[in-house]
Amino acid sequence: MANYPIVERLLAGDRRALARIVTLIENNAPEARPILAQLHTHGGHAHIVGLTGSPGAGKSTLVMQLARELRRREQRIGIIAVDPSSPFSGGAILGDRIRMQELAGDPNVFIRSMASRGSLGGLATATRDAVRALDAAGFDTILIETVGAGQAEVEIVRAAQTVIVVTVPGMGDDIQAIKAGILEIADIFVVNKADRPGADQTAAELRMLLSLDEQRKERAWRVPIVKTSAASGEGVPELADKLAAHLASLRETGQLGSRSGRQARSEMLALLHQALLDKIAATISTEDWNRLIDEVVERQTDPYSAAGEIARRIGLAAAQEQD
Amino acid sequence: MLVAKPGLDGHDRGAKVLARALRDAGMEVIYTGIRQTPQMIVEAAIQEDVDAILMSILSGAHMAIFPKVMELLRQNGVDDVLVMAGGILPDEDIPAIEQMGIKGNFGPGTPMATIIEYVRANIAPERLTQDLAPLRSGGAAFDTQESQQSQAAQ
Ligand code: B12
Ligand SMILES: Nc1nc2c(ncn2[C@@H]2O[C@H](COP(=O)(O)OP(=O)(O)O)[C@@H](O)[C@H]2O)c(=O)[nH]1
Ligand SMILES: [Mg+2]
Repeated sequence: MANYPIVERLLAGDRRALARIVTLIENNAPEARPILAQLHTHGGHAHIVGLTGSPGAGKSTLVMQLARELRRREQRIGIIAVDPSSPFSGGAILGDRIRMQELAGDPNVFIRSMASRGSLGGLATATRDAVRALDAAGFDTILIETVGAGQAEVEIVRAAQTVIVVTVPGMGDDIQAIKAGILEIADIFVVNKADRPGADQTAAELRMLLSLDEQRKERAWRVPIVKTSAASGEGVPELADKLAAHLASLRETGQLGSRSGRQARSEMLALLHQALLDKIAATISTEDWNRLIDEVVERQTDPYSAAGEIARRIGLAAAQEQD
Repeated sequence: MLVAKPGLDGHDRGAKVLARALRDAGMEVIYTGIRQTPQMIVEAAIQEDVDAILMSILSGAHMAIFPKVMELLRQNGVDDVLVMAGGILPDEDIPAIEQMGIKGNFGPGTPMATIIEYVRANIAPERLTQDLAPLRSGGAAFDTQESQQSQAAQ
């Protein structure tokens, strides 16, 4: 089947078509799926890089510098900058562009802000799909900036091929947070604001933490620690070199393929999960739900039998004997 | 929502108050910071696919800047975006500003509720909801007036 016109426009470099498709993705619009299906076949060329780290660490500034450096290397750059939604109003102020003004006017850079919109899994999906759109649009490197807190981060950065964890000097708590889970996902550590005192010490602490991580030692890639000053741009060329080196390492060790495989698998599982939930919502009325819930609460039935009934009604044969 | 401060105007208090009020009204606001050229504003509006552009300007340079913004929007085929302005806009300039297609020119002391109501009432209706109706027209799916409007924006 021929591509949709909006897909053709995206492939031809129309930035409005790309922007509109990202909106459809963000809004979880039904059109997004067939569009994404077509886009998927055109992607697979971009180096997808995730940056995470505490608010204020300098991620946006670093993304700007990194994009500038990669532009010097003749790459086209797509950027997705995620900021949190207000849990109270659902609104958001997306301010990452403020730090990226130096990139304005370059037709080979596309910056899109995204609000986290509450749902963690949803954000991960939307981010991945927005990356898919940018990938199909032919950007060489796609930089994803995330908020830097919690499980959602880990999910989003898993969508990336290379994960940069940004820290700053003298943040003992940061190091604690790193211990608590981010250590495993980092492919490159950055100690940003290296113009401030304490960068060497932070780098040394990180080096020690990494050396304690037994699993790391088995891997081919030795996680580098790069000191940068995003304010001045110092250390950024070295960071760009490490990005390229990591991609090369993923290719050499066959990990690029296995990472993609893992991602495809988790993406399909998530979609199936959603399809199942949609099917349940379409088949079981709210009254039926409430009746079953009441029956479970009143102990007239049990959660297993109640779920079994639902499974049977949506046509899951295996559940039949439970009824 | 794109809240932008065009020109060399450093009065950003109003823009920040506005951004926060829109967020608290449940909207997603891209704040660009100060010193925006018309090109930067239009480019950001395109990339972010915004429903509205809100320019805050207190420097007096509006009559130089607004026409450029409107012209660039036209050149890029962007015609479904609400453009609003506020700040210090002298009464005698308002007719000319409205002539350009810029709406709801609100000055100092305007209650935020008035601005929010105005935004809600004036966004292209299919854009207001997350329901993108014009893209959902059965057979001709995904091909709308959009494709005709847009030139591949370099
Ligand atoms: C505070 C202030 C400053 C502060 C700014 C601090 C900051 N970071 O914002 C400082 C001291 C830095 C400053 C400096 C200057 N200022 Co001054 N400043 C003011 C003052 C007193 C208040 C502005 C303000 O913050 N108001 C509070 C906010 C919340 O209100 P607001 O911005 O008007 O926004 C409201 C509405 O206008 C509306 N709104 C605003 N934007 C938008 C956008 C949209 C889309 C919508 C719908 C609504 C909307 O919503 C808001 C809520 O109602 C005004 C006088 C005045 N009464 O307006 C002069 C004023 C704006 N400044 C003026 C001048 C001349 C200057 C300087 C050039 C002075 C100098 N010679 O150095 C410098 C220039 C600085 C620069 N780089 O641009 C003049 C501008 C004259 C003109 N336009 O012809 C004014 C009008 C004073 C005057 N009467 O002469 N200033
Ligand atoms: N001194 C110094 N400040 C920096 C550096 N990088 C960023 N900043 C500042 O740190 C603040 C937060 O930066 P930002 O990029 O918005 O951080 P983010 O929240 O992680 O995206 C801003 O005021 C930056 O100017 C740096 O390398 N050195
Ligand atoms: Mg940021």
